[in-house]
Amino acid sequence: MELVVNGKQHQLEGGNTLASLLQQLAVTEGRFAVEVNGEIVPKSQHHDYVLRDNDAVEIVRAIGGG
Amino acid sequence: MTMCCGTMTPSKSCALLAVVEPSRASNYSIRATNHPVPILQKNLIMNAMQDQALRIAGVDYQSRLIIGSGKYKSFEENLAALEASGAEMITVAIRRVNLGQNPDEPNLLDVISPESYTILPNTAGCYTAEDAVRTCRLARELLDGHKLVKLEVLGDQKTLYPNVTETVVAAEQLVADGFDVMVYTSDDPLIAKRLEEIGCVAVMPLGAPIGSGLGIRNPYNIRLILENASVPIIVDAGVGTASDASIAMELGCHGVLMNTAIAEAKQPVLMASAMKKAVESGREAFLAGRMPRRLYASASSPLDGTIS
Repeated sequence: MELVVNGKQHQLEGGNTLASLLQQLAVTEGRFAVEVNGEIVPKSQHHDYVLRDNDAVEIVRAIGGG
Repeated sequence: MTMCCGTMTPSKSCALLAVVEPSRASNYSIRATNHPVPILQKNLIMNAMQDQALRIAGVDYQSRLIIGSGKYKSFEENLAALEASGAEMITVAIRRVNLGQNPDEPNLLDVISPESYTILPNTAGCYTAEDAVRTCRLARELLDGHKLVKLEVLGDQKTLYPNVTETVVAAEQLVADGFDVMVYTSDDPLIAKRLEEIGCVAVMPLGAPIGSGLGIRNPYNIRLILENASVPIIVDAGVGTASDASIAMELGCHGVLMNTAIAEAKQPVLMASAMKKAVESGREAFLAGRMPRRLYASASSPLDGTIS
């Protein structure tokens, strides 16, 4: 399936859930947050959330800032 | 920080009360003779040093300094500066994960722990209310439901001046959504009051543009904001060196937020320590109440009894 992840085209294979995308991207440790098409997907729903073609996924974390 | 206590706790206030602690008092003139401090004198000192904690969204902070986490050479330097500053709250930015990079790359929040410090996620880089609100929602998810955010909606890349109309729109949405909003704004007293009326838990006017280090450029506006305020007023942006922080506190501000002044100092950890003292001394000077300014001299020694 074709997704847009953090503004870039991304091909997801071997699963269709948000958790499988995060596994493929190796974003599993530490604090991060995800929204799909502008809506927050809580951590508790990552395993069940089914992605669709052309979904826009944003994955963010905290960095230094003032 | 502690929840909902009214005054400084003895352990946290030790820096202020050091004058009555024999072991630490050698630098103070009242101990110069090595006589014990009389009780009355001790009480006077104790009473003078009492201060309320800075309460933001129901949480009491003993430090009135908030620092940032941008522009440091390393997380470790940032943490050392944070400890030297005595700050209990630190701002962070929310940004996209760098995909494809080393997944074991250290994370800021692994070094500066949300268990030890209040993390204040900001909306820096947002130029619309919509982006700012989205960023705050992502921050809340990232920090397990944490509601405290620093709202800033910028209007111009050159000055980083706030877009106050978008800021007002975002503040209304965030307050309605249950956020505790500390809001960065211009030094306009009317906008500051409007943001308070919307329900922001702290209003944070700039002293000068972000990262400029120009100091408190319009102290009279800051005073006007303070006169009408019933939430904490925290100068955010513009501080360049310790005296700027003291000036903000002497005006009566409830706190100071700074990033670049510490991070871009030649020795950030030393500057963090300087800022801690500057904020404390400015606060004490405000509470003490300064003498009036006079155009001409006023002799400090009595004129009676001078030899002729």
